[in-house]
Amino acid sequence: MTSFIRALSESQQIGLMVVVIFGGLIATHAVLVCRSARYQSIATSLRADRPLLKRSWIMALVFVLCWILGSAWSTALFLGLSFIALREFITWSPTHRADHRSLILSFFILLPLQYALVWWGLLDVLTVLIPVYAFIALPVLGASQGDTVRFLDRNAQLHWGVMVCVFGLSHVPALVILDFEHSSTRSLFLVMFLVLVVQSCMLAQHLAAKRLARHTLPNGLRVFQWRPWLVGMFVGGLVGALMAGMTPFKPGEALAMAWIACVGGTLGHRVMAAIKHDKGIQRWGRLSGTTGATGLLDRIDALCFAAPVFLHALRWYFDV
Amino acid sequence: MSWAGNVVGLLLLGVVRLLTGAQARWLGCPPTAEQRIYFSNHQSHADLLMIWSALPSELRHCVRPIAATDYWTTSWLRMWVTTNVFNAVYVQRTRGEDSDEDPLAPVVQALNAGDSIILFPEGTRGNAALPQPFKAGLYNLAKQFPNVVLVPAWIDNIQRVMPKGEVVPVPVLCSVTFGKPIALTFDENRHDFLARARNAVIALKTQ
Repeated sequence: MTSFIRALSESQQIGLMVVVIFGGLIATHAVLVCRSARYQSIATSLRADRPLLKRSWIMALVFVLCWILGSAWSTALFLGLSFIALREFITWSPTHRADHRSLILSFFILLPLQYALVWWGLLDVLTVLIPVYAFIALPVLGASQGDTVRFLDRNAQLHWGVMVCVFGLSHVPALVILDFEHSSTRSLFLVMFLVLVVQSCMLAQHLAAKRLARHTLPNGLRVFQWRPWLVGMFVGGLVGALMAGMTPFKPGEALAMAWIACVGGTLGHRVMAAIKHDKGIQRWGRLSGTTGATGLLDRIDALCFAAPVFLHALRWYFDV
Repeated sequence: MSWAGNVVGLLLLGVVRLLTGAQARWLGCPPTAEQRIYFSNHQSHADLLMIWSALPSELRHCVRPIAATDYWTTSWLRMWVTTNVFNAVYVQRTRGEDSDEDPLAPVVQALNAGDSIILFPEGTRGNAALPQPFKAGLYNLAKQFPNVVLVPAWIDNIQRVMPKGEVVPVPVLCSVTFGKPIALTFDENRHDFLARARNAVIALKTQ
């Protein structure tokens, strides 16, 4: 299978990805529709799945389109996603009037700058800009405004938000910078690899967890359950191994890399769940989620954590 | 309204939606074409844009905001925006030398012509968690126009986008929540009515 895929030309591999992704979505949709037609009681629970599926269609369409159009569009897409995600995160962070300048710095300077560095391929700089320089600059800016009420709380939450939504997510298009022996357009397949592996892992884990009874800790947080996690890891690993032909990995390496990404993603998702639970919210974004633009961070937070882990694992293992 | 005003209006709406998501929550009533006075808390210049973006595009032309003359006619740009983009009603905030002149006369004229009004009863932008006490304008209008529907609204989070005194807005998710209409009862005095109106707006904060 791997050698068969590797033998295909680039455009054939792109076509294969499109067929597989949308074929998978169509198949899932068909399964859900058939099941709802047969069992009336399942229909009501499946109605809850339908917005999830509709969102998945939109996300898949947008992502695949940008991916086909090349690294410029992919970088621009992730810049937009970072913007929306950071906007959602900041909505639920404590910000005072004195944080206004820091927020301007985060949204209008750090965010575009990080993605400009991705575009220019400056991997060394983009890896330290936010963890080091923004880490210093943001609280310094805050301190200059003179409001010290909840000072550490406000600045730490802001930096955390920028780390997850901007730093983490920017490592997805930054995969293009990695220079394997193949051409740079090949590196775009690594982007598809990461996104597909992590998202399928999260989707599988989510669906597996829905069927199980909810065990909660005394404070209401759902207990970490091994079985859905293992299901997610299995699915993520399977997707990664199947895609090995499009990447510089052998199948065994692809499996290991997929698992590394999935571990980073699932653990990061767990962290974000803990944060949401503390803030008393079900999802990022506004309350009822009746408009389309809310809740993006919930869907991509695994990617935000998996991407830097994956990128650096690749760098160290393959020495690029 | 000129086509340039329409274009600028669409542009402003786009910016507001990009920055705030502009979620409209019509909890108490649907957006219909009846004659209404929308009143809400006032924290920022973007409040008007939030209510405006919540309305269907057909209704935007006949729902007019109230603009204070002393602020919005000081420069050419402000005048142009409030006239051509929003079709505002200009009102003197302070009584002139002629004390017989009713400061609400332009608003009365607009309501007589059938337009709906967006009113901020606090009179000026506030920056506290709860709105300031309401001024008498809402009561006077409600008494004069008993058939106009009074719709309370709460605009959430907007003071974080562009606090008073700042120039650059920051993206934060905001929403407008429209509540059930209130009506002036027959024997209600001004103080009670304004308190009730203010409570109606505050009640939407947590919904």
